[in-house]
Amino acid sequence: MISELPPALWFLAAAVIAPLFPAGLRKFILLAAPLLALLTVYSLPEGIHLSFSFLDQDMALLKVDRLNRVFGYIFSIISFLAVLFALQNHDRLEQSAGMVYAGSALGVTFAGDFFTLYVFWELMAVASTFVVLAARDQASRSAAFRYVMIHLCGGLFLLAGIILRLQETGSLAVDFVGLTGFSSALIFIGIAVNAAIPPVHSWLKDAYPTASYTGAVFLSAFTTKSAVYVMARTFPGTELLILLGALMTFVPIFYAVLENDIRSVLSYSLINQVGFMMVGIGIGSQLAINGAVAHAFAHILYKGLLFMSAGAVIYRTGKIKCTDLGGLYKYMPMTCICCIVGAASISAFPLFSGFVSKSMIVSAAGHEHLTLVWLILMFASAGVFHHAGIKVPFFMFFGHDSGHRPKEAPWNMLVAMGIAAALCIGIGTFPQPLYNILPFPVDYVPYTGDHVVGQLQLLMFGALAFALLMLSGIYPAEIRAINLDTDWFYRKGAKLFFAGCDKLFNGINDFGDRVFVQQVPALLNRFFADPSRNVQKHFVKLFAEASGDESQIEKHNESIDHRTKALAYPIGGGVFLAVIFLALMSLLYFF
Amino acid sequence: MQEKRGWFDKKENLTLFLRIFYGSLVLLLVLDLFVEKHSVFGFDGAPSFSAVYGFISCVLLVLIAKILRMLLMKDEDYYDK
Repeated sequence: MISELPPALWFLAAAVIAPLFPAGLRKFILLAAPLLALLTVYSLPEGIHLSFSFLDQDMALLKVDRLNRVFGYIFSIISFLAVLFALQNHDRLEQSAGMVYAGSALGVTFAGDFFTLYVFWELMAVASTFVVLAARDQASRSAAFRYVMIHLCGGLFLLAGIILRLQETGSLAVDFVGLTGFSSALIFIGIAVNAAIPPVHSWLKDAYPTASYTGAVFLSAFTTKSAVYVMARTFPGTELLILLGALMTFVPIFYAVLENDIRSVLSYSLINQVGFMMVGIGIGSQLAINGAVAHAFAHILYKGLLFMSAGAVIYRTGKIKCTDLGGLYKYMPMTCICCIVGAASISAFPLFSGFVSKSMIVSAAGHEHLTLVWLILMFASAGVFHHAGIKVPFFMFFGHDSGHRPKEAPWNMLVAMGIAAALCIGIGTFPQPLYNILPFPVDYVPYTGDHVVGQLQLLMFGALAFALLMLSGIYPAEIRAINLDTDWFYRKGAKLFFAGCDKLFNGINDFGDRVFVQQVPALLNRFFADPSRNVQKHFVKLFAEASGDESQIEKHNESIDHRTKALAYPIGGGVFLAVIFLALMSLLYFF
Repeated sequence: MQEKRGWFDKKENLTLFLRIFYGSLVLLLVLDLFVEKHSVFGFDGAPSFSAVYGFISCVLLVLIAKILRMLLMKDEDYYDK
């Protein structure tokens, strides 16, 4: 029975049921849901299940194959760890939003048709917004607003693409799309927003650092990696992705070097890691797709681990900026070790998970003889070690003594981090179980002499550069500051745009008001109060000026006024105007 | 919680750590001469290519980042103003 249920169901059920129970019971429900989901993902037979017909279209809640089952596993595992980590946080909103978020990510992953996928896609956007909001402060509220606007906008691109595609092909099946026309471009953009592909990447570093210490762990796992899955499903082998992916690995590391907030550094390195996956998908060979999927799997674990260690530090010290932290290794040694394991994994040290997954992508780029891409990936690999591998643990746990004397993280956080760390080392040391569940058969040996030595050289001499730059004082100092990114365009740019519009349109409005509402009617009023007198006076003045004899003006004006007051006219004002009008018309007619 | 003395607070430990670090660098340069290379592009098979590339990459990364900071850095409350 369990084998035919959608794994998402467990999470959605837990989201509804859990809030009804007191905190003590609630955590068991929340811990059970991911485990049941994991079991369901494991026992689902391959193929299409739970299909139904809607609006004359074939829908399927579940389509299971080797590509999405891997994502099902890892989403369930990280949900369990994230809940275990968050036992101290009793916030019902965050717990339920987190459950819906994880559930909808699984819904996207196993969706057999684009309609189901879209529904879960939007559910994911809304649920993750509430995860951000659950930090309950001003920064997270503003960030959540920007976050949801961007994701709903991306969702609309996706929806428009899906509808156009349905009209073109008549099919809603989630399958290879390929960048071929307008509809596929819209779908591509919709997915790209969630995958944080530049220039629509800044929502990630805008929102994640404002989440609560537990919320960020949830956020780091689902949105981008479900987008990686959908991209791998619909756009494998799209060359544009190689370019965009290389850009993603390259640009964020400069920001990561400069950022002061540890979770901003982690957010930028998240974009950088997703860039590797995008390059893999773009290359599209079996090795490359395997690499992208394996890297997503490994990445969710070590990135979750790094966000957990940052969360533990926030929980104990209340601080997360490089300028406020340092020297914690004496007080939180276990957290420090777990953080270093995460840092070694993201840096792809031999024996850690990143090494066996990322190198598949880099090797695939080598096999295709993409020299520049390969060089960029190697540069990015050295850069990752530099900012995520060294900077994150160094500024939190070593560096200067910040004066904090915290206790070690609570047991459940240590267990959650410990499991994640053990998995990172396990995958790095024995990659075969992970290789066995990848979409394609794996014929790849990560541990060769030159590969290990080469990777170690790349990393250790990068570390040497860090040490020398640090000692010589060239390394950019920790400064309380932020750095501009593309979110400027909707945060400041929107304000400027608003101010510009205000000046321009309200200026036109003011001008219109002055001229057409006040001045022109007043003029016309004066004229039409007594048209014949005004016209006569005008002509008297005109003739006087023409003839040069202005002595008679006063006299004439007086007699005009006198006549007007006495109503001594042969015709009324209206008839006078009509005569003038006819005269003008005849002039126009004859000449 | 009271003041603790960490492992790195002892000067000889720090020296030991640095010695191991520099020693491993030398070891890697030596090992590189003995492993069999499977170069793809040619240049990546050069002796200790990765060491040179890793070092140069990180120096460039930091120098470019320093220049970017001049252009991009703003006060923390920049967006609240």
